[in-house]
Amino acid sequence: MKFGIVVNEGPYTHQAADTAYQFTKSVLEKGHDVYRVFFYHDGVNVGTRMTVPPQDERHIQRNWSELAEKYDLDMVVCIAAAQRRGIMDENEAKRQGLDGDNIAPGFRISGLGQLIEAGIQSDRLVTFGD
Amino acid sequence: MNDMADTGEQTIKKFLYVNRKAPYGTIYALESLEVVLIGAAFEQDVSLAFLDDGVFQLMKGQDTADIGVKNFSPTYRALGDFEVTKLFVEKESLEERGLSEDDLMEITYEDEDDDWEEKPSIHLVNRSELAAVMAEQDVILSF
Repeated sequence: MKFGIVVNEGPYTHQAADTAYQFTKSVLEKGHDVYRVFFYHDGVNVGTRMTVPPQDERHIQRNWSELAEKYDLDMVVCIAAAQRRGIMDENEAKRQGLDGDNIAPGFRISGLGQLIEAGIQSDRLVTFGD
Repeated sequence: MNDMADTGEQTIKKFLYVNRKAPYGTIYALESLEVVLIGAAFEQDVSLAFLDDGVFQLMKGQDTADIGVKNFSPTYRALGDFEVTKLFVEKESLEERGLSEDDLMEITYEDEDDDWEEKPSIHLVNRSELAAVMAEQDVILSF
């Protein structure tokens, strides 16, 4: 089965990003496909490489980045939600005249159309978060 | 999903956006509306549901001047221009909050299949009717 995954809450405050990660990892391990993971609302905050949790805690962003690398996952951060919350890739930071970017490996910034497309192309679109 | 229409060129799925939160206080309502507007370009079969505190999103006379937040409620009235014409409002949620249909904005669309007659977009449904609407969807996005 082909899954689309939506993550609507940021890391650590809510468990949604963790549960989404466990779910995505499990379906991939079981041999299913994941068409795309889409990060929306505060979920875009999962995609900053600047998070430094205490060493004995899980590293949510790194978990996702490693999963993306292992399975060649398409992980998209919504551009409108990202701009509100200061998540920038190199191009966008330059375009906005900002002095740096913070997007994590494996994440890319794109539009909401990618969410709709995930809904159209996936057999099941599964949402995590409020 | 079995009755999903396939026009050959393009898949048309039934999308339902479920709005359950008050318009201000959190960003969910505004960012949900942004998805609806962008999604309209994909020419899918779109419906919106308003339940729980989500019914407040359609209230008449919203005024945000004193909280420093943009009043985005006029956008709901423009949904018809984006061919988003099915807004289901749950009756019980209105009643539980002491509201009635008279408290909601008038939202209409021009029906191109009926000589562009102006028709109401808002449909009041009870809880079990809304459950039936949900059951027939292909994709549900809840905000």
